[in-house]
Amino acid sequence: MSSIDIKLPSAEDLLKTLAQKLQPLLQPNTALVGIQSGGVWLMQRLLILLEKDIAANAIEHGTLDVSFYRDDYEQRGLKAENRPSQIPFDVENKHIILIDDVFYTGRTTRAAMNELFDYGRPASITLVALVNRGGRELPIAPQITAADITLEHSQNLQLIQNTDGHLSLELKSLTLQPSSGSTQA
Amino acid sequence: MNNPQLDTDGRLRHLLSIEGLPKKILNQILDTAESFLGVAEREVKKVPLLRGKTVCNLFFENSTRTRTTFEIAAKRLSADVISLNVNTSSQSKGETILDTVDNLIAMHADMFVVRHSQSGAAHFIAKHVPNHIHVINAGDGRHSHPTQGLLDMFTIRKYKPDLHNLRVAIVGDVLHSRVARSEIHALTTLGVPEVRVIAPKTLLPTHVEKLGVHVFHDMKAGLKDVDVVMMLRLQNERMNGAMLPSSQEYFKTYGLTQEKLSLAKPDAIVLHPGPMNRGVEIDSSVADGAQSVILPQVTYGIAIRMAVMAMLAGGQGGQA
Repeated sequence: MSSIDIKLPSAEDLLKTLAQKLQPLLQPNTALVGIQSGGVWLMQRLLILLEKDIAANAIEHGTLDVSFYRDDYEQRGLKAENRPSQIPFDVENKHIILIDDVFYTGRTTRAAMNELFDYGRPASITLVALVNRGGRELPIAPQITAADITLEHSQNLQLIQNTDGHLSLELKSLTLQPSSGSTQA
Repeated sequence: MNNPQLDTDGRLRHLLSIEGLPKKILNQILDTAESFLGVAEREVKKVPLLRGKTVCNLFFENSTRTRTTFEIAAKRLSADVISLNVNTSSQSKGETILDTVDNLIAMHADMFVVRHSQSGAAHFIAKHVPNHIHVINAGDGRHSHPTQGLLDMFTIRKYKPDLHNLRVAIVGDVLHSRVARSEIHALTTLGVPEVRVIAPKTLLPTHVEKLGVHVFHDMKAGLKDVDVVMMLRLQNERMNGAMLPSSQEYFKTYGLTQEKLSLAKPDAIVLHPGPMNRGVEIDSSVADGAQSVILPQVTYGIAIRMAVMAMLAGGQGGQA
């Protein structure tokens, strides 16, 4: 497919845009939560960018691995590697900024929200994604993104972190899956 | 060779014994359990993985801890759990095991957790059930108790992460112990370089050294410089005839006291699968002492059982 030749934006540039957009949202009871794996990489970088401007006060943060909450578990089973979710703060009444790398069907977000509520009742959840690639299947959408791109179902956009921590976007063409793959194994 | 525990893609289908499971699967279970450990510390101690599934605990032999922890594990995965104490039900009226199982399948059970006094009972049921049903062995005769072996590995890994550098001693009634067999297979599969068994000759199976263990009959020699001491329960109920002079005599020679434990490394940990016979195989001061990890074992047992159930139940939809 020719759209594989799309010129992808630089993930590093997008990260800076995202940090600028997030800055005004920070309140004393805001906490960042990254979704494994890309969302966690982004969160770690965002913390550095955001904390520059907040004297001394570190922002509370945690990570989620939504494997245990996915709606396709019965078809796909558990991934060989899953990491414990770590929410080291009290979720109750927090303004949560939920961070994912690429927003697609909305199913990961749904799983993440379900998991978050098992920790407590947040005051609010704001969904932040580096890229919204279109194709959502649920009434869920990110409030803040750094880029919006429309891709085919046969294309897979991924955030990659190389060994020195540099982030980049990678577009791959999937040949086997006719649809979104969300209900097929 | 056809391994009934794995499907054609090499994924776990039943958990019947540790023997025959590749290191990769054992590590996957241990890593997955790590993720489940945190679930118990949250406001809501449940994840929705097994929502709508029915887990049947089939206990043909008494057990409190194992049955309870399997029950808690299944409930934390949001499954519905039925615990049948078969001693007191239809079996005593003459129903066969397979008839009991078939009846439960007709009630749409999805998973069986089986304990039986006969070795091979869980295998027997696993061979019988249709493809979409999973069987977990919760202890069969003297043969195997894989989730106990796994939770012991999980416990050891928590306190001594470098398994490739450990000296482990298993002490006591190895002959009657399915726990010991599971532990030995797990330890050797995971690459623990030195596994010792310490027991009187009468409580050791013949040719036990073929399992890759070093045999000691003397506690003092056997415990020297070990990192991990795994105690076994003296299984009086499985003994017939005079294998031991008396339990007092046994305690004197093979009971774990502070004095004997001091021969192990100073940071050695002590495990026991429970239930403990205090003053027979273990002294109270050791069981309740700083080196004991017996209660953490129980906590970790729930995470291990959650991991096993979650791995068994997922990933079936893609198959014909």
